[in-house]
Amino acid sequence: MVKEVEKAGFPIVQMCNLIPVAKTVGSNRIVPTISIPYPLGDPGTSKEDQWKLRYHRTKVAVESLGIDIKEQTVFKV
Amino acid sequence: MKKAIVYVNQFFGQIGGEEKAGAAPEIHEGQIGPAMQFAKELEDTEVTHTIICGDNYMGSNTDEAVQTILGMLEGKEMDIFLAGPAFQAGRYTVACGTICKAVKEKFGVPVVTSMNEETPGVDMFKKEMYILKGGNIASKMRQDVKAMANVANKLLKGEPVGDAETEGYFARGIRHQVWLEDGTPATVRMIDMLLKKLNGEPFKTELPMPKLDRVPIAPAIKDLPHAKIALLNTGGIVPVDNPDHIQSASATRWGRYNIADTEALKGGEYKTIHAGFDPAAADANPNVITPVDALKVLQKEGVFGSLHDYFYTTVGTGTTEAEARRMAKEIIPYLKEDGVDGVIMVST
Repeated sequence: MVKEVEKAGFPIVQMCNLIPVAKTVGSNRIVPTISIPYPLGDPGTSKEDQWKLRYHRTKVAVESLGIDIKEQTVFKV
Repeated sequence: MKKAIVYVNQFFGQIGGEEKAGAAPEIHEGQIGPAMQFAKELEDTEVTHTIICGDNYMGSNTDEAVQTILGMLEGKEMDIFLAGPAFQAGRYTVACGTICKAVKEKFGVPVVTSMNEETPGVDMFKKEMYILKGGNIASKMRQDVKAMANVANKLLKGEPVGDAETEGYFARGIRHQVWLEDGTPATVRMIDMLLKKLNGEPFKTELPMPKLDRVPIAPAIKDLPHAKIALLNTGGIVPVDNPDHIQSASATRWGRYNIADTEALKGGEYKTIHAGFDPAAADANPNVITPVDALKVLQKEGVFGSLHDYFYTTVGTGTTEAEARRMAKEIIPYLKEDGVDGVIMVST
């Protein structure tokens, strides 16, 4: 799906946990999440920590769309 | 008597379904699940142990999981290591490939697994090991185990394994020199192919080129503070009544849901229908998959201009690449029509 959207000309960032899969499949912008059932907020941590993590990683994802890249890039979080 | 050890996930290891997908590795003496059938199919070989590990644990704690399993195998007699069959279960295929690669590197024993061609594990690992072309559903268990055992038996006996097409594994990109039975020299075969090509007839190359499907990188958004962003996900976040009847696995349908006046997705109003992981966390707070709350705040802070009025959902587990492509193609016109500048996809 990511590749189809990018093919249509949209910059797209994939937020996911299985980075090697995203790389192999061919996503160009990747932002890591923390797990499969809860990519952006571990329910074992406080509400505040969950929010901080989600806010931070979502911000990295949004900003990655404004960054020119030359090759497949996993953005640091 | 040779010795084999088999790796399976939590489901086939019979410890539980998705609620146990986070289970750490365990090793059991004897045969559990598919290991029992391997015991029947392998010739003159005993399946001594079964290793079970939750797919999510392997996916999210890969280094730890691999180290634990390698530790469990330390000192055990083993002539071959088998994983799966993984069918069309995406995470399971990656888990099988990951552990087979690690076992092969550490202990130098042959490894064999099986997965469906529509899964990510194939491209990630096919060059490293024998991956038999597996079925898409678990009812293919018998034939997939048989196909794996067929290759495994040859490896155990030190017999040559045939080519990819004959044995039914994914081509590994390794070239072997073989003598053709009819002895036709290469020059003659080449001219034959050339003539067929010139005449527009079908011909079969002896050296197929691997197909790499890469998409050029779309240019970055120049003016992010005025850009419109859209949110997509394959984590199955839908209104609680799932109005578009999106399937929980092997999805062919998608939906889009208006969030123009929503500051955050609330549990009870939205939930996940994804059957590939424990839904508890996302049901309680759907923003952990579709971060509408964070996006609304980031927009107010001016990080980007506006959020597309809808978020888009399907389910990624067991969904074929062909269906995924089609669904994306159906979604794209909506993004274009609304002048979306960039897209966030959250996948689980």
